[in-house]
Amino acid sequence: MRIALAATCIADAMFPQAPRAVVTLLERLGHEVVFPAGQACCGQMHVNTGYLADAVPVVQNHVRTFAPVTDGEWDAVVVPSGSCTGSIRHQQSMVLERAGLHSEARAAAAVAELTYELSELLVDVLGVTDVGAWFPHRVTYHPTCHSLRMLGVGDKPERLLRAVEGLELAPLAEAEGCCGFGGTFSLKNAETSAAMLDDKVATVVDTGAEVLTAGDWSCLMHIGGGLSRGGTGVRPMHLAEILASTRESPVVPGRHGSGRSGATTEVAR
Amino acid sequence: MSTFLGMPAARDRRGPGPDAAPGTLSGVGRPEDPLHWGASFPDAAKAALDNGQLRRNLGKATSTIRTKRARVVGEVPDWEALRDAGSAVKTDVMARLPELLEELERNVTARGGVVHWARDAAEANRIVADLVRARDTDEVVKVKSMATQEIGLNEALAEEGIAAVETDLAELIVQLADDMPSHILVPAIHRNRTEIRDIFLERMADAPPDLTDVPRELAMAARAHLRRKFLSAKVAISGANFAVADTGTLAVVESEGNGRMCLTMPETLITVMGIEKLIPTFDDLEVFLQLLPRSSTGERMNPYTSMWTGVTPGDGPQEFHLVLLDNGRTKVLADEAGRAALHCIRCSACLNVCPVYERVGGHAYGSVYPGPIGAILTPQLTGEESDLPYASTLCGACYEVCPVKIDIPSILVELRAREVSMTAGSAGDTADRVWSAAMKAASFAMADGARFRRAARVPRLLRAISRNGVIRKLPFPGSLWTRSRDLMEPPKQTFRDWWDGREDQR
Repeated sequence: MRIALAATCIADAMFPQAPRAVVTLLERLGHEVVFPAGQACCGQMHVNTGYLADAVPVVQNHVRTFAPVTDGEWDAVVVPSGSCTGSIRHQQSMVLERAGLHSEARAAAAVAELTYELSELLVDVLGVTDVGAWFPHRVTYHPTCHSLRMLGVGDKPERLLRAVEGLELAPLAEAEGCCGFGGTFSLKNAETSAAMLDDKVATVVDTGAEVLTAGDWSCLMHIGGGLSRGGTGVRPMHLAEILASTRESPVVPGRHGSGRSGATTEVAR
Repeated sequence: MSTFLGMPAARDRRGPGPDAAPGTLSGVGRPEDPLHWGASFPDAAKAALDNGQLRRNLGKATSTIRTKRARVVGEVPDWEALRDAGSAVKTDVMARLPELLEELERNVTARGGVVHWARDAAEANRIVADLVRARDTDEVVKVKSMATQEIGLNEALAEEGIAAVETDLAELIVQLADDMPSHILVPAIHRNRTEIRDIFLERMADAPPDLTDVPRELAMAARAHLRRKFLSAKVAISGANFAVADTGTLAVVESEGNGRMCLTMPETLITVMGIEKLIPTFDDLEVFLQLLPRSSTGERMNPYTSMWTGVTPGDGPQEFHLVLLDNGRTKVLADEAGRAALHCIRCSACLNVCPVYERVGGHAYGSVYPGPIGAILTPQLTGEESDLPYASTLCGACYEVCPVKIDIPSILVELRAREVSMTAGSAGDTADRVWSAAMKAASFAMADGARFRRAARVPRLLRAISRNGVIRKLPFPGSLWTRSRDLMEPPKQTFRDWWDGREDQR
């Protein structure tokens, strides 16, 4: 398949190892990955903070950039984030509709129909759960709120993780509880956010896992920041980074995921 | 509905901790406006978070109810279909509210009841006070009711020299302590049993002097106290869980039997009901009597369901008044995006699953309607600026459990948009202006790939102050983040710069 990658603004700028891992993984599975250069952001931050008018040009840019998927230029759009996929699927057309941009709202809905969060793309579209990964570490998985409740990815990420050779999946208590990030909530209600984070960090530490994984770097940035502040030694890594790891090019857990220095997910060319 | 006495947790055996300051017996006091009181949400939440006892109590209580609810909901094979049915009935009611209310009025009147219409809290309180005074009594018994909490009825009656006695155990605790409810179902959820014992001893004249904090003893003391009230009261005041338009039947569901006493023993019954409590037909009760107890107390069925239709000669109250309360509801109904908030049946499942409510408790919301439903209902009822729409991470747990499928996260986003336009219209404070400027700048940077390429390289500058791969301290507003968490060091190279380098090598 020819798959367009929506890297997400936060991973592009802060956690490039995740979209890089998506490239590595999908190419290893025999697919072609393209990165449409016009992309920037899905608009979720603006929408969820209430700045719907300011969200309009951001959403328009996203829809314009990925519209070729509806003409068959690419077979699908993949997003390594549950919340960005959720925003694309459940908010973008609403934002445009409210702004009176009816035909663009329809275009947004059409793009959204061909847009998938990573675990959805792998399991539902590509039909794989064993991606041939090798990751000999004890890992715990945090199901992020939007992937769980907005998208309903269910146990797809866990099925992918269980198929990883060498990986030991440690169950996380109160897994479905929010970590307290909530985008700008973490700033507008910083104390409440921190209280939720404390509880999440404690349950992660209790698992005895070496690595915490999730499908969203935004939530991982939050929990990872707490894990680091607490000196816990638990490393946050995106699901894609683990799935990209193989015996030939192993990914080593680092302080902030993988791929910054040392072992990387990059494939030599 | 209400089952719980209050906190299942006992106080720390070592005695009052540092956060159990002396003199905390009295509650927060009764505010002027039950829909808008106290500090801002972030400030009130911060104070609540500092109270370790409160956090332990809330965590224990909410997780207990959550578990019970999940168990009894899990055993209903058609739960999702029931939720759909509940949602559909309420949508239909909102679409036909005027005609259904008139149908209810006709049927209540035909069966010997008297219907009153109240536009706001003041009108409703006036109607009730006049009715009570006409009965020549200065004490009434009350069934727990959110509508009467919302309008501050007890305080209004007190000003007229009428004592309103709450007969639901937890509501009685709240009343004796001069407090406000902190939960829709379990209004004294913020109290533990030692505090309740202390409140009874100090504020309930007929409490046994050797009262301990054993729940059964506390319940028996309240029972004896209330029994005397039930036997002497001439007038009872209730709310309503449901009103059936096609029969004129009112329904109250409860757990303690205090409601049944109030609804059957006094000569006069006055029911104050929000106009959205309506359902079209008696058959519709079938749906809601399955949804409500399981969502609310986590029981298959509540112990007492009382229904009455007008007046039955020789049986029960011989005079029945129904006060239909608007108090902002028609304004909410007129709003296409927000009106689903009126579908709420006050089960409080959304409070029990809300990670924010679980940490900060009900008083932080500064409204008799706390939690997720309060965050969408309160600002719509008052029409005022509010920080409640931001009191959520949009995690979606509330929507998942709501028995009538109110999409609370979407309505929160809608109300945030409204807050933004309201503050844009006014001068706004500094924080509003900073947010607005930041969002405008971000919108510009994020609406174009080339502009974002340059913007995405900016965080790299922070590498200068990172140590061991993390940034531990940032100046304001970054300090809001780094006060509690590290920030991971930004990468040397953005994804798109890496991608382009790779493409160039091909």
